[in-house]
Amino acid sequence: MTTEQEKIELQQTPLLKIWVPWLGIGGCKISRRRGSSVPQLTNSPTLIVMVGLPARGKTYISKKLTRYLNWIGFPTKVFNLGQYRRDAVQTYKNFEFFRQDNKEAMQIRKACASNALKDICIYFSKENGQVAVFDATNTTRERRVSIVSFAKEKGYKVFFVESICDDPDIIAQNITEVKVSSPDYVNCDKEEALADFLKRIECYKQTYVPLDDEKDRNLSYIKIFDVGSRYLVNRVQDHIQSRIVYYLMNIHVTPRSIYLTRHGESELNLLGRIGGDSGLSPRGHKYAASLGSFLKGQNIKDLKVWTSHMKRTIQTAEHLGVPYEQWKALNEIDAGVCEELTYEEIQEKHPEEFALRDQDKYRYRYPKGESYEDLVHRLEPVIMELERQENVLVVCHQAVMRCLLAYLLDKTSDELPYLKCPLHTVLRLTPVAYGCKMENIFLNVEAVNTHRERPVNVDVTRDPAEALKTIPDHF
Amino acid sequence: MTSNEDVIMATSPRVLTQNPLKKIWMPCKNGLPDQHISQRRVCMTNCPTLIVTVGLPARGKTYISKKLTRYLNWIGVPTKEFNVGQYRRECVKIYKSFEFFNPSNEEGLKIRRQCALTALNDVRQYLSVEGGQVAVFDATNTTRERRGTITRFADQNGFKVFFVESVCEDPDVIAENIVQVKLGSPDYIDCNTEEAMEDFMKRIKCYENSYQPLDEILDRDLSYIKIMDVGRRYLVNRVLDHIQSRIVYYLMNIHITPRAIYLCRHGESDLNVKGRIGGDSGLSSRGKEFAKCLGKFIQGQNITDLKVWTSQMKRTIQTAEAIAVPYEQWKALNEIDAGVCEEMMYEEIQGHFPLEFALRDQDKYRYRYPKGESYEDLVQRLEPVIMELERQENVLVICHQAVMRCLLAYFLDKSAEELPYLKCPLHTVLKLTPVAYGCKVESVCLNVEAVNTHRDKPDNVDPSRMPEEALLTVPAHQ
Repeated sequence: MTTEQEKIELQQTPLLKIWVPWLGIGGCKISRRRGSSVPQLTNSPTLIVMVGLPARGKTYISKKLTRYLNWIGFPTKVFNLGQYRRDAVQTYKNFEFFRQDNKEAMQIRKACASNALKDICIYFSKENGQVAVFDATNTTRERRVSIVSFAKEKGYKVFFVESICDDPDIIAQNITEVKVSSPDYVNCDKEEALADFLKRIECYKQTYVPLDDEKDRNLSYIKIFDVGSRYLVNRVQDHIQSRIVYYLMNIHVTPRSIYLTRHGESELNLLGRIGGDSGLSPRGHKYAASLGSFLKGQNIKDLKVWTSHMKRTIQTAEHLGVPYEQWKALNEIDAGVCEELTYEEIQEKHPEEFALRDQDKYRYRYPKGESYEDLVHRLEPVIMELERQENVLVVCHQAVMRCLLAYLLDKTSDELPYLKCPLHTVLRLTPVAYGCKMENIFLNVEAVNTHRERPVNVDVTRDPAEALKTIPDHF
Repeated sequence: MTSNEDVIMATSPRVLTQNPLKKIWMPCKNGLPDQHISQRRVCMTNCPTLIVTVGLPARGKTYISKKLTRYLNWIGVPTKEFNVGQYRRECVKIYKSFEFFNPSNEEGLKIRRQCALTALNDVRQYLSVEGGQVAVFDATNTTRERRGTITRFADQNGFKVFFVESVCEDPDVIAENIVQVKLGSPDYIDCNTEEAMEDFMKRIKCYENSYQPLDEILDRDLSYIKIMDVGRRYLVNRVLDHIQSRIVYYLMNIHITPRAIYLCRHGESDLNVKGRIGGDSGLSSRGKEFAKCLGKFIQGQNITDLKVWTSQMKRTIQTAEAIAVPYEQWKALNEIDAGVCEEMMYEEIQGHFPLEFALRDQDKYRYRYPKGESYEDLVQRLEPVIMELERQENVLVICHQAVMRCLLAYFLDKSAEELPYLKCPLHTVLKLTPVAYGCKVESVCLNVEAVNTHRDKPDNVDPSRMPEEALLTVPAHQ
């Protein structure tokens, strides 16, 4: 054991509260990180390659998967070949562009694919991307082989996601939801667009070679049949591919709504105190009763109601007169040593912490508490179960609701901690096309505002007044 | 478990009280808990589930059955396996030869069918009467006819059915299976290796002719997973609910590549020495000594591609630093949160919270510290760690007492009652190696002194007990 190793001390990083080794040599601190502060769940970048005829849900899957991976912390980006083609060929005329014998178009399409792959390279090597989703038909073995060699050369792992569906109703539905309104058909009416698109699909059908059990046995892939009634999974290589498979096997396209709300106003809310486990204020009870009436009026089929383990969400659910399930994972962010303090008290007792939080509210971890980043990890099983379910009402807390909303609305980690989730408001989210429609319903029961904006001055040396500028009013 | 059909008609909210053991808020009427509100239970399925294995002999059905059962029980889903071969051994005391399994052996067929029905009867008992949630029916179930019988049985009793078929044609894998688990079976107790091997191969042949694998078309309405070539490929059909989804995820993450899992706690910490629980202190000098020894020990083991995991607490990281290899910090591996009791000595807990202290002794697994966690919470928190441990190969996990107990309970199939009292002393490494249907454990004490932190359950767990009775089993400290 060298004296060097004996001198190794650990210091806790102020923002993340992670213990890291520092080598102290006469007052000069050099940081030597041997450990990583998060589990290394993937080494090489991963290239996800979509496969399938048009209108099989490839873009839907690409966008949804990308949203999920980004939310759980894997930087991911979609590269949609159709978009490249639209940029290259300014105006779309008709399906003839996609004919197999259209040599000129073939050149253009090939060049687009090449450009997309180049951009993927840049995303991985220069932009810290970890996963790229190559959203195109990739229906020929030839195209897939060239992608695999490209990836091998660069050291990327490849995972194919093939969607197979022959149900004409589903295909027609897809076309209506997302194709008819595409930029390609901006000057056509519905029937023209539908007819043209069906001919477009025919162009691909002739040369479509699905992933083959035998010939492609060494590739890593998942084949999704009939919108998820069956899956074939081959050679999952690592953690991230395993998570991707699990996610894809849990999502569905059945129409439904997710309702998000916070508990009714609590006693501690009134006092401007954070955290704790207090009960509802009288106005909070009033809101919960209104929530009950509102839900009855909505006539929701088989609604599941979820709460946290904290008194205020459960008291809220009690007013609804329906069974509910308590999830510990839905508990509010743990503010550690700051639990039950007002922002004024936090500024007074822990001014440095208060400033650090304003500097990076997503990653900042309360001493002996949690960060938003921790919250997201805690909430992942909730999101997975939300995906499996149909109509659900989640009665939760401000920080928790921000995390769930960020997932559903594809918000970045910078936006997440500042999303507006006021008390006494229900958000109704309905999946539509490639995203989520959101309705904001205020149930007309007054409540305090608990939203604190980021102040202008986030420096540790700031005056208390500057720190407290954006604090909402309270008793 | 409340039925989802119950609708409470009362419009005025019920008063809530916090259950003293689990710290769960529950509505109460006249001072007593009212309707039991459903807690988030992992199974989230209304009906019990019958998992049915399918496959020729030596395809890993029993291995999968036992492992899956162990996992489901650990995450809190009461599960039991029913091995038809076991029923057959009880019925036909002595196994003579493969001829018993000859399809033209009428007598044999009758007995085998009877055993299957007896087993199904016990399944019904377990799921409908004893409160079991999942039953694993471990048998070949290679004919469509047999599977039809089982499906009808399940329908009659309101059970959901999920088939797990294992398909493998690799002769090496099959031979290895036979060597690992068949040769040592009670059936071959009087045979030598060659005789046993030969007989078993003939046994497999008896099944081959009538084997009807699950078919993509004919069985398209069944819920199943087909595992091909020990996990290289999977076919998943009609997953119906949460528990089936979890089962599929688990089955897709396990592997049989030989490897070893090393579990140990951080070196002795300053708070350990003082007899205080929790906190985030650094290592004592003996703890640092242990860390060095751990480093030497690990080097001496010559492990290929060892992954090292720690928690995010100072003491595990300091321990890993001494090994001088890259390590990954998992927040999920942090010690159980003792809430208001953090950094207290047991004597102080008895002094300040005698009721809590007694409740904990009454049900240490479910007891949740005020503003803290329970072992039950810990298990939920550790599930992703277990899932990743299954995916990995050689791993060293440097963690904490309660955490190590939970992980150990998973690997050694310990019940919720045993779990919180498993012995995980400081300065000892446990090496777990999967073997046959279970795990071999080697305990390596690295010969560095440390305090004992293990407190046994005292005889008197009543809140009215004397402080001395409560403190009888507290280990010595400074």
